Amino acid sequence: MTKRHEMRGSIPVLRIGSTLLATIQVELRDSVAEDFQRTVLTRIEDTGSTGLLIDITALDMVDSYVARVLVETSKMARLMGTEAVLVGMRPEVAATLVRMGFPVDGVRTALDVDDGLALLGRLRPAFDL
Amino acid sequence: MALSSPVHIRSSQEMAIESEDDVLQVRREVRVLAERLGFNPFATAAVTTATSELARNIWCHAGRGMVQIEVIDEEGRSGLRLVFRDQGPGIPDIERVLVGGYSTARSLGLGLSGSRRLVDEFNLQSQPGQGTVVTVVKWGRL
Repeated sequence: MTKRHEMRGSIPVLRIGSTLLATIQVELRDSVAEDFQRTVLTRIEDTGSTGLLIDITALDMVDSYVARVLVETSKMARLMGTEAVLVGMRPEVAATLVRMGFPVDGVRTALDVDDGLALLGRLRPAFDL
Repeated sequence: MALSSPVHIRSSQEMAIESEDDVLQVRREVRVLAERLGFNPFATAAVTTATSELARNIWCHAGRGMVQIEVIDEEGRSGLRLVFRDQGPGIPDIERVLVGGYSTARSLGLGLSGSRRLVDEFNLQSQPGQGTVVTVVKWGRL
């Protein structure tokens, strides 16, 4: 079951200057979601990053459980003083979340990683990317 | 089931929902069928997401249950009919749950209300102590 191993794999969190980039390429099951939140918050503390991009380009479905994990992680990062931006949401995912009535206010989003980096640059002009 | 229209059932299969792996398997199966039926990406995402919500509900609240997945045809259109059944605690206040925001553990309470908004037909039958049956239909759009 190689597929299962892939699904249980951790989510890479890369550092780009003062920004962290977390790319979600696996289905967020409970165990992965908790590990993801822990990893992101620990990396923020370790690196002193002032920005966090969560890239969900690979997700073709975001249910209320996954959406809640993403929103929570963004809020946790912000509590630590790190601006979080959700990037790469597909059109059908955006449409589905809104139609479900999922509360998306309070979460910063951008079309893709480039736009996300640009947004972070505007949010913290004193810092270089 | 109270869903009225006379439909032809092209195929039918049952899948157990007893673990998070099962939730993911069911969701994948529904996506494959939706794509095979020519659902557009929006309809595919909608029915897959509704499936995820309802299957997760069973796993979280009832512990175990099943889903019957049918490919159905009616007057030149095709769709998916999904019947989720469990023998769990049931839903004491259906009205409140369907409005949304009624949350028990680990959710925003969007499982039922949200999935209802994502499908074309939705039927919920539940009695406290006697389990729950949720039937949804999603038609393909061209």
